[in-house]
Amino acid sequence: MVYSLVPKLRLYIRRYYYLALFWTISLLSETALAQETERAIFRTDRINALILVLVFSTVVIIYTRWARQGKTLFLRKIPGLEAVEEAVGRATEMGRPVLYIPGISELDEIETIAGISILGRVAKITAQYDTPLTVPVRYPLVLAAGQEVVEQAYIEVGKKDSYDKDIVRYVAGEQFAFTAHVNGYMMRERPATNIYMGAFFAESLLLAETGNAAGSIQIAGTARPEQLPFFIAACDYTLMGEELYAASAYLSHEPIMLGGLKGQDFVKMLIVFAIILGVILTTAGVGQWYIDLFRAV
Amino acid sequence: MKTTVPIIVAFVAGVALVLAFFFDQRTLIGSLSQELRIWLSIVGGFTLLLGVVSITRVNFAAVRQRKEGWFYKLITLISIFAMAIPALLPSSWSPLFGRQSGSIYDWLFLYMDAPMMATMFATLAFYIASAAYRAFRARSPESTLLLVTATVIMLWRVPMGEWLFEQLPGDIPFFLNTYIMNGINMAVQRGIIIGAALGAASMSLRIILGIERTYMGKG
Repeated sequence: MVYSLVPKLRLYIRRYYYLALFWTISLLSETALAQETERAIFRTDRINALILVLVFSTVVIIYTRWARQGKTLFLRKIPGLEAVEEAVGRATEMGRPVLYIPGISELDEIETIAGISILGRVAKITAQYDTPLTVPVRYPLVLAAGQEVVEQAYIEVGKKDSYDKDIVRYVAGEQFAFTAHVNGYMMRERPATNIYMGAFFAESLLLAETGNAAGSIQIAGTARPEQLPFFIAACDYTLMGEELYAASAYLSHEPIMLGGLKGQDFVKMLIVFAIILGVILTTAGVGQWYIDLFRAV
Repeated sequence: MKTTVPIIVAFVAGVALVLAFFFDQRTLIGSLSQELRIWLSIVGGFTLLLGVVSITRVNFAAVRQRKEGWFYKLITLISIFAMAIPALLPSSWSPLFGRQSGSIYDWLFLYMDAPMMATMFATLAFYIASAAYRAFRARSPESTLLLVTATVIMLWRVPMGEWLFEQLPGDIPFFLNTYIMNGINMAVQRGIIIGAALGAASMSLRIILGIERTYMGKG
């Protein structure tokens, strides 16, 4: 609520991002220096990563500013995200629930945060259509975050009374106990739509295959390359890697958030050029210095 | 306040953790990442109670209302408390309490929990077979290519295939390892990993700068 009273806060954060960054560096360097006078304080061997962080931040901020100024930004369609509303609509027509799993990792994983962000969008759609939603989670912190996000979604569409705290429920801390519960739920309740967004491990195929056997339409998204083949084989739509992180911005249709995606694409293009240059230099036998530039420590 | 404070916390914690990467771990800022992980464990420990309350409420309601499958939910409730209560009691009261070897907790873990987890994991083999059957159908030139490549790679990974390749002229395993696994497969995986890493960095930056607030249910 207070946020609406200080609308310039976010603007200030963005405007003074670098200032804060460098101010914090200098302050902490001094503190660290006072404590650790005889040791190397700053990791100069990680300067390459620092440069990349600064370039990346600059590009994202520039694109975000352009987006705010009203510049049209083209984004390719992501079929998996386009299908979300349709899949929830199917569940509404069939009178069956939507099952949403925000991965099985803890809240300190960025994939889980992405999963929770998308959950908010899905919850808004299910709230609008009065479609039952079930969100089993594996960690209590994810439970708390999930409940907050779903409740907020129901409030925003004016369906506060339809919100039930047990929409998001803690199931089990063990990976396969969690899987057994969800698989049992799928076979008993036969949800019309299963959405898996977040970090998944060995249980990915167990979940997706059971959902497939239960006849559900399935949309999955993960950034783990080793789990992607399983989801592709068993699901109707799969968001691969970066698409998972783009989902919340993509579904929001907010230009300011889409700016971040364009910035990311620009840096990807820079990386492609860097790879091509590296291939040429290495093939010519003069690329060692170039490889050393990117060496991670 | 509900939005402003989390935005400030995200900004400060985000910038501090980015900086921690560039400082020696023995320094104050450099050790911050490790320190925050400990905080997370402590907060996570407290929130475990939320999980227990959630699982008890959901299952107890189903048992009370005699919903379909209520008996299994009753077993879930009994299992939770049968495992937790003896583990929480001090071992000085009885060797069956606590979590040491020979305790009720240890017995339940070793002879019930672990075998059940192993069984669930083992069923993956059957799921892989059914998924592979669907994925490897030669419906188009692309899926035929996938079928042939997968068959050759799977053959290479089993003793029978290894023996078979040894009978054939040319070093087929070397070709598979160099061009398929370390060539095409690795290149595609790295492409996905680079894209995902940039996506994660972009999302983190959006959160740090307060642009992305969807993780709080806003926006």
